[in-house]
Amino acid sequence: MIWKNLRLSLVLLLICGVAYPLAMTGISQVVMPAQASGSLITDASGKVVGSELIGQTFTDPKYFWGRISSIDNNASGSGSNNYAPSNPALIERTQKDIAAFLAANPGVKQEDIPADLLTNSASGLDPHISPKAAQIQVERVAKARNLEPVQLQALIEANTEGRSLGVFGEPRVNVVKLNIALDALKK
Amino acid sequence: MDFIQIALVLVVLFVLAIPMGKYLARSFSLEATRLDRVFGGVEKAIYKLSGIRVADMTWKQYAMAVLVSNISMVAIAYLLLRLQGMLPGNPSGIAAMEPLLSFNTAVSFLTNTNLQHYSGESGLSYLSQMLVIIYLMFTTPATGIAVVMAFMRGLTGQRSIGNYYVDLVRAHIRVLIPLAIVVTLLLVSQGVPQTMEPTATATTISGTEQQIARGPVASLVSIKHLGTNGGGFFGVNSSHPFENPTPLTNVIEILSMFLIPAALPFAFGFMAKSRRQGWVIFGAMFVMFLAFLITAYANEANGNPALGRAGLSQEMGSMEGKEVRFGIAQSALFTAVTTAATTGTVNNMHDTLTPLGGLVPLGEMMLNCVFGGDGVGTINILMYAILAVFLAGLMVGRTPEFLGRKIEGKEMKLIAIAILAHPLIILAPTAIALATDMGSSAVSNPGFHGISQVLYEYTSSAANNGSGFEGLGDNTPFWNISTGLVMLFGRYVSIITMLAVAGSLLAKTPVPETMGTLRTDNSVFTVILIATVVIVGALTFLPVLALGPIAEWLTIR
Repeated sequence: MIWKNLRLSLVLLLICGVAYPLAMTGISQVVMPAQASGSLITDASGKVVGSELIGQTFTDPKYFWGRISSIDNNASGSGSNNYAPSNPALIERTQKDIAAFLAANPGVKQEDIPADLLTNSASGLDPHISPKAAQIQVERVAKARNLEPVQLQALIEANTEGRSLGVFGEPRVNVVKLNIALDALKK
Repeated sequence: MDFIQIALVLVVLFVLAIPMGKYLARSFSLEATRLDRVFGGVEKAIYKLSGIRVADMTWKQYAMAVLVSNISMVAIAYLLLRLQGMLPGNPSGIAAMEPLLSFNTAVSFLTNTNLQHYSGESGLSYLSQMLVIIYLMFTTPATGIAVVMAFMRGLTGQRSIGNYYVDLVRAHIRVLIPLAIVVTLLLVSQGVPQTMEPTATATTISGTEQQIARGPVASLVSIKHLGTNGGGFFGVNSSHPFENPTPLTNVIEILSMFLIPAALPFAFGFMAKSRRQGWVIFGAMFVMFLAFLITAYANEANGNPALGRAGLSQEMGSMEGKEVRFGIAQSALFTAVTTAATTGTVNNMHDTLTPLGGLVPLGEMMLNCVFGGDGVGTINILMYAILAVFLAGLMVGRTPEFLGRKIEGKEMKLIAIAILAHPLIILAPTAIALATDMGSSAVSNPGFHGISQVLYEYTSSAANNGSGFEGLGDNTPFWNISTGLVMLFGRYVSIITMLAVAGSLLAKTPVPETMGTLRTDNSVFTVILIATVVIVGALTFLPVLALGPIAEWLTIR
């Protein structure tokens, strides 16, 4: 009975653990190579500058900033601090970040800061912010780059993704793509 | 918009679950069906390769076969984890997993729990992800489906309880593999990677270096949900943009993990030749699910009052530990579904949920029968149905019968064992962990939330869910051994006792339905069933919930 079970286990192992994932890899790589390899973005010279789906850290005032990442968007791992809603460390971090954000964006009122911008995402790799979180940074970025806010509005709009099928999820701005577009604008 | 998108997902689930129930009932029929012509060839080849004789089993033979086959699976998995450093398929050069963590991981995936005390990016080679994780992600839900089919055959008085090996192979070939192929390709089209290339290196826009872990992700994520497994390719599971890149993949993943648990009550209705009976079971679970879902959504949408007082607007809801693309609606729905179907995959960090929002996954896992994992959840709700028949029968003075079979002392003793085992293996280790330094040193959040963290870990293990309040520092010998044992008891005590119940019922001569029979296929019984589940659950778990989430809620509201 043990021998029979081992044989069955090995047969199923070959089907589920070897044939299935390899077949899926083969088909995906042929039919959808870009997505299957991680939606990597390359610059004009072919160098990889990131992935469309993975957030990056921006601290320079001339870029739009993304959400908080306790792992600094290091995508060799993933994670967050897992602060409970009652954790004093969460309150402390938030108050510090509010103060820093208001200092860097003098025109913004505290109650207008949307919650997504100053909270840690689940993955620590969230590439998106809410459209409102992009809007309140326009003034700062425009000033740092000597651009008209109208130009930035157009860029934000172009890099805003709507709800899937018009219903599911939330409208959002891809910060990585937005900042790439921003750099392209300058040239 | 929130209401519409949640309602739409549930409507689609409904539309898919009924035909799926019919398909499941037909796939596992003891009689010859047309499906044999489609799948029979492959299945016969597998029987031949493994040397299996196809013959009906008694419940004892069936239970024995479940145990022996599961032992051989876990042995293979443990060996591969210990040896992964020396084996090929390891482009990122990952070392062998240490013994206690290997034990915990092998048991965790064997029991359909998928509790992860390691992080996938750094703890497993690609080969281990395929040969250990993906392999067990198929075989354990297949085991669950096999056992529920045997149980339902016993309950509905079929010719016999069936043959475990036939059920196991059919669950793979007729159900899980075809669905997994479709879902994998859908996921890749949305951006989930499926590659054997190692970690990519990028030079970011700001000029720093960024490492981007990837791999054969989609083929794992599809079966992770279909099989109500829940173990992620990456540490943060389905909140990782590579595991769940768009709201559309979020919906696909929700439907994948809910489909089979939602279809099984309908399959039961078809097998019992009483569709109303299937609807009663489905209805009871759905009502409980809705109550949990509404609680989760309302609390998360309401935000975290503590952050509001700190000066951050909570208009968007509680966004700490959530992803922008999902927002509150898709996050709350995912949380309610993953702990109902005891999958354990997460698209937001449950540790960061508001206190009462976090009570939802805890509560669903404590009841353990609001749909439940592939197979086992249906077994649990049917077990409660028999208990409800017994209680109601005693109260109105009728002989308790379920589907024409008398429920007697022997069945009730077995059911009592299964119902009492669940709280015992949650509350006893929680108490030990909180009382000792070995346990309580893992707690990462101060105050009442620390109690919730420990309670969540054991509840998740016992319910074979696998999600966690992930701040808990749980990769220590104490946690690896204790949760490993809880997972084993959580899985096999109910499987074996319920197979015994099925065997015992099958041996009885059916009694004809009379005026005095308590009807089990109407709305009155639905209410009795819900009341039974809620009263048993509340009596057992309310005190500990008051110490954890409810106390935390009172401190920050």
